[in-house]
Amino acid sequence: MPPRGPRPFRPGRTTMSGGDKLPVLAFPAPSASLPRPRAADPRQLAQATEALRQAVQGGPAAGRIDTAPPAPDKSASDQPVHEEIFTPVGIPSRRAGSRAPHEQVRGAAVTALPGGGIDATGDAAVARRILSLHLPRFAIERWQAQAAHRGEVLPEGTPLALALEGPHGPVIHAVNDVAQALGLAPGARVVDMRAICPELQTRFADPRADAAALARLMLWARRWCPWTAVDGADALVMDVTGSDHLWGGEAAMRAEIEARLAGLGLTTRMAIAPTRGAAWALARFAPAICGPEELTAHTDPLPAAALRLGAATVQTLDRLGLSTIGALRAVPRLSLARRFRAGLPEADPLLRLDQLSGRTPEPIDSPDDPPRFAVQARLPEPVIDPVPHLPALAEELCAGLVAAGFGARRLALALYRIDGEVAQAQAATSQPTHDPAHMVRLFEGRLDGLDPGFGFDLITLAALVAEALPTRQRRLDGAADDADDLARLIDRLSARFGVRALTRPLPAPSHIPERQVLWLPALHVTPHRFVPRPDRPLRLFEPPEEVRVLYAVPEGPPAQFVWRRQRLRVARFAGPERIAPEWWRDRPGTRLRDYFRIEDHTGRRFWLYREGLLGDGRGAEPRWFVHGAFA
Amino acid sequence: METLSRRPATLRQPTLSEIFPETAVDAAAPAFALAHLEAAKGPVLWIQDRLSLREAGRPFPPGLGTCEVLHLQVSRAIDVLWAMEQGLGCPGLGGVIGEVWGTAPAVDFTATKRLALRSEAHAVPAWLIRRGALPELSAARERWRLGALPARPMPDDTRAPGAPLWSAELFRARWRAPGRWVAGHDPQGKDLVFGHAVGMEAAEAARAMA
Repeated sequence: MPPRGPRPFRPGRTTMSGGDKLPVLAFPAPSASLPRPRAADPRQLAQATEALRQAVQGGPAAGRIDTAPPAPDKSASDQPVHEEIFTPVGIPSRRAGSRAPHEQVRGAAVTALPGGGIDATGDAAVARRILSLHLPRFAIERWQAQAAHRGEVLPEGTPLALALEGPHGPVIHAVNDVAQALGLAPGARVVDMRAICPELQTRFADPRADAAALARLMLWARRWCPWTAVDGADALVMDVTGSDHLWGGEAAMRAEIEARLAGLGLTTRMAIAPTRGAAWALARFAPAICGPEELTAHTDPLPAAALRLGAATVQTLDRLGLSTIGALRAVPRLSLARRFRAGLPEADPLLRLDQLSGRTPEPIDSPDDPPRFAVQARLPEPVIDPVPHLPALAEELCAGLVAAGFGARRLALALYRIDGEVAQAQAATSQPTHDPAHMVRLFEGRLDGLDPGFGFDLITLAALVAEALPTRQRRLDGAADDADDLARLIDRLSARFGVRALTRPLPAPSHIPERQVLWLPALHVTPHRFVPRPDRPLRLFEPPEEVRVLYAVPEGPPAQFVWRRQRLRVARFAGPERIAPEWWRDRPGTRLRDYFRIEDHTGRRFWLYREGLLGDGRGAEPRWFVHGAFA
Repeated sequence: METLSRRPATLRQPTLSEIFPETAVDAAAPAFALAHLEAAKGPVLWIQDRLSLREAGRPFPPGLGTCEVLHLQVSRAIDVLWAMEQGLGCPGLGGVIGEVWGTAPAVDFTATKRLALRSEAHAVPAWLIRRGALPELSAARERWRLGALPARPMPDDTRAPGAPLWSAELFRARWRAPGRWVAGHDPQGKDLVFGHAVGMEAAEAARAMA
């Protein structure tokens, strides 16, 4: 307990800051002093709903009143009596300081009974079945699956780690089983682990792609139950209440999930428990199917870290000797509330304990399914040319998009031949669109080379990726927007020639000319301005072309060179401009470049460079290259 | 001789022009085309076929000045024409530059006429750079033959090349008389300047520039 004495009673206060006066404080104090509408807090609303249901049923509510802290003196309270019924056990209905001190003592005494106020939870709170699905090796397994897809195969038994940039160099994010067996663990620095394991291979992790993949997996997991949500970086949580019988019971459902995810190459640990907190804890520390009665027995032996607490809080609890959930449960609630009066749930063992036991409900916030836009045309007779059917399909799709306030970013057209073959075409747009004419133009010319066979009898058009596109005021004079036109031009050219063909330059931080500009697909890149430099050529040869040069050894300007079988005499030159290799990127032994702007005897201007110096220890004779042409 | 200068893009209606570079690999032709375009109007759609990209290099944005580039790489001359036609329908573009390597049957009178009409209808200037090709029948409103000339001297370094100069020969034009000039950027104003006429009388040169 913190060495903090009771504060003097101040009658005028309406907010709760002196928590010592309160019997139990299960969640953080409200920050504003003004009374807020109760409906604004979804958690309180859920609690109230639950309590109302119990009050109507009668039975459980009677059992709860026994263990509830005593109701405050009604003469001192200005709130109606039924408020107390609506408030679940352990949460005071009023937090005003208008409470007599002796009641605090009584409240503390009641909750201080060993095991008293915690185990006796309402039945409804634990009537749900929550499945926590932990994917302990998600990042590395996703990387391995992708690497196998790319054809990048590491030899058997290679220790591999995925790293993230940390403040002091790369830090390990995930390891494969070989590296794990060698004692490498996430959180350590890569250089330290290289000392343990010199043959360690490292790749960079991609947490954003991991999160996106997990979100997709979450949607896919709705095959088992309708309520799923992402839980942290490597776990899903599913409310399987009432869905397990469809799979033949919880054990069969669990086996099915395990087998399916194993087919995707994912290691799983899962538990089914009445509360989300218990399922989380069991999935990580003792995977099991836990019924409502065995909740205490299952969770008591687990370490305090199973309560979803922060590392600092777990350490504090360890120092206090509270290393298991059972030990924590035996501590009086008042003491816990006093000691850990923190704002965040990760630092509040009492809240976590209540969530684990079901005293504080923790519903799963399952995101909605993303809207799906697809239309199809079933043709009574097979057609050879599907193009005349596209405008009607596009209009139908766009009507759906407009109604939902969405625009398509990626379109897929599938043509089903009557003999079972499927031809597909995809097109992407740089801005969300719901313009049918534009959609049709994106597929212009893409369907020419198709082999219709005996004809197509089914055409589907789907917006694979759709983004919100609110309706927007056009220009008053009715003229088209230049930016819109440009975006459509980019869409059409990218659809026709491929996304990689139409590019925009992006400046990159480098001095090496060919690395200064990244040509990225215009579909995904916004324009960037370059700082004009008069000493840079208009065009760059890719790659630089080697020439034979006559020059004054060792560092003189070029006098004559042979390029593309032509002998060119250098009339004038400017330079050299030295560009050193980038030691942080280049291989050791990369040579420096001395650039010369030259003009040949016919007046053409080129950019030549000499790679290396004579006697720089990085190779034999320096080599010369033509790198660009000036205006 | 008196210097004839003009702001080309403001005095002239946007249309299709062709440039035939005298040698395949110098960068005078794109620089001449860029000098005619207004960078502030919008990005330039720059279309290169495969051989142009390999033989004559890719545009290098730090050397292009303030102009913003959309680069499209296609494989055939007919694709260059199709993409140019698409680009010319978009008034948000500052201009369209297409590069075709060699004699391409696709670049005929009909194709160039389509480009010219579309360019004039949407007021987007179009420049077709044709390397390694003979000037055959074409509907381009202006046809230039362009070569590099020794540059102006650099004021600080006598051995170094300064601002570029080109020999620009207008050998066919629809709205004015053909002629031949030494062209280059005005050292102060950065505008394109046709310095002095070559092989023309003063009156004839003035008429050609009018």
